[in-house]
Amino acid sequence: MKHKELRLSGSGGQGLITGGIILAEAALHDGLNAIQSQSYGPEARGGASKAEVILSEEAIDYPKVEKSDILLSLTQLSCDKYIGGLKSGGILIIDESIETPDRDDVTIYRVPILDTATNKLNKSMVANIVALGVINKITNLVSKESLEKAVIGRVPKGTEELNTSALYEGYNLIN
Amino acid sequence: MTIKLMQGNEACVEGALRAGMKFYAGYPITPSTEIAEISAVELPKIGGKFIQMEDEISSMGATIGASLTGLKSMTATSGPGFSLKQENLGYGIISEVPCVVVNVQRGGPSTGLPTSPAQGDIMQSKWGTHGDHSIIVLYPNSVREIYDITIRSFNLSEKYRTPVILLLDEVIGHMRERIEIPKDAEIEIIDRKKPTCSPEEYKAYEVKEGEIVPDMAAFGSGYRYHVTGLVHSETGFPAGATKAEGLMRRLIDKIEDNTEDICTFEEYMLDDADTAIVAFGCTSRSAKSAIKSLRKDGYKVGMFRPITIWPSPEKQLEKLSKEVKRILVVEMNDGQYYLEVDRIAGKNTKVEKYGRLNGEIIPPDEIISVVKEGYNG
Repeated sequence: MKHKELRLSGSGGQGLITGGIILAEAALHDGLNAIQSQSYGPEARGGASKAEVILSEEAIDYPKVEKSDILLSLTQLSCDKYIGGLKSGGILIIDESIETPDRDDVTIYRVPILDTATNKLNKSMVANIVALGVINKITNLVSKESLEKAVIGRVPKGTEELNTSALYEGYNLIN
Repeated sequence: MTIKLMQGNEACVEGALRAGMKFYAGYPITPSTEIAEISAVELPKIGGKFIQMEDEISSMGATIGASLTGLKSMTATSGPGFSLKQENLGYGIISEVPCVVVNVQRGGPSTGLPTSPAQGDIMQSKWGTHGDHSIIVLYPNSVREIYDITIRSFNLSEKYRTPVILLLDEVIGHMRERIEIPKDAEIEIIDRKKPTCSPEEYKAYEVKEGEIVPDMAAFGSGYRYHVTGLVHSETGFPAGATKAEGLMRRLIDKIEDNTEDICTFEEYMLDDADTAIVAFGCTSRSAKSAIKSLRKDGYKVGMFRPITIWPSPEKQLEKLSKEVKRILVVEMNDGQYYLEVDRIAGKNTKVEKYGRLNGEIIPPDEIISVVKEGYNG
């Protein structure tokens, strides 16, 4: 891992910005550099929203993601909107509810992220943390310990256990 | 050593508190709002005051007023809010009141592009208020540098008794980045000099031998004096035209004669460069990324990044103009700083501009293309 750029997309309220912050903080725990940014303005409310994260072993100059190495989409709308910005050879992680897009140049993982949060953990709000588990199991971007530490450090008090379970349910979704 | 993931606007408040900020007055506006929000949370914890005023004009007035009572004061704004600050900003300049004015720039004019980045206030930060004057404008390019440069803004404002403008980019203000919080030993804090004479002997605007600015007494400390936006004498009372030249000269020269102290900059890969990019803020990060790529392809490109944009680093730009064949000024406007660079460097070398007005940061690929075009003739 020298330099990886991620786009986490879905709809407003799915906690993707928090997810991006947690991933960036986990990277800092691992001694990496990280930048997290998001889009503001009308496009950030409802519709498709995104958080961007850059992780690097080196200094990060340009702070925005152009073509991402990894794209997470939790809604059809966000997948349609950002799929074009995924690098050839990149990794696409989509929720089960999304139709597999026509991209044979990327590796696609179709995973029941939202269903796991809603039906297995009984809390749709933790879909972002389930997604982080899925992403990290596939990509190994950050160490398991750092990611868990970052999750616990960011989530509201009293929800640490729920969110840690969500993280591990995410790991379990990938064999 | 504390390492954190911190947002740029948050780093501005953290730096201000480290510098000794005790008062903030403002009117929230995107993309600077977090600076007001975090100040509102943090200032009461340390016995400071946060006040949300009815608009930006009064915010600037309150900031100046609080500083006159001896408190280090700051206000922050964006876009049209910065236009409204301008009248009282001039008041702060002529009455020599230290304070920090943060402008997280956004697309303009008027309401413009409220949530998008732009670097369109380069000239306004220098000449936004009317009348002849000099002013200090600082422009950081990372979250850590926002922290450091906010402290420096307070220091320069205290040392030179003048409002200091801190220009930020939305891109850096809103992004989160790794920051290593410096230790106390790594930080210098400057406080204004207070009078040592008795209140009866105190002349509020008299500059003592060997000093740059008058000693500043805090209102409420027993020293009574008059503060006015009019041209004034050493006592602070209005004085008319006979005192104007001397006062104006002193206000301008206290900054322009001290550029060695005030102007800081970064030079990147300029040693053997035949082409230099001049860029600041987020654009300088695009430029650095572009230069790394261009260097791999054998292009001898470097960057000069002013961190103090006003007063401009005239000596360094003049030196640069004799060393390179081409200077490309890249900024998210239609060529505002280009005018200044061309004034200084244009007689010695070719100075060109490249800008964008669409509310998006300039990507490295675009800079690479423009640089290559120059080599192709």
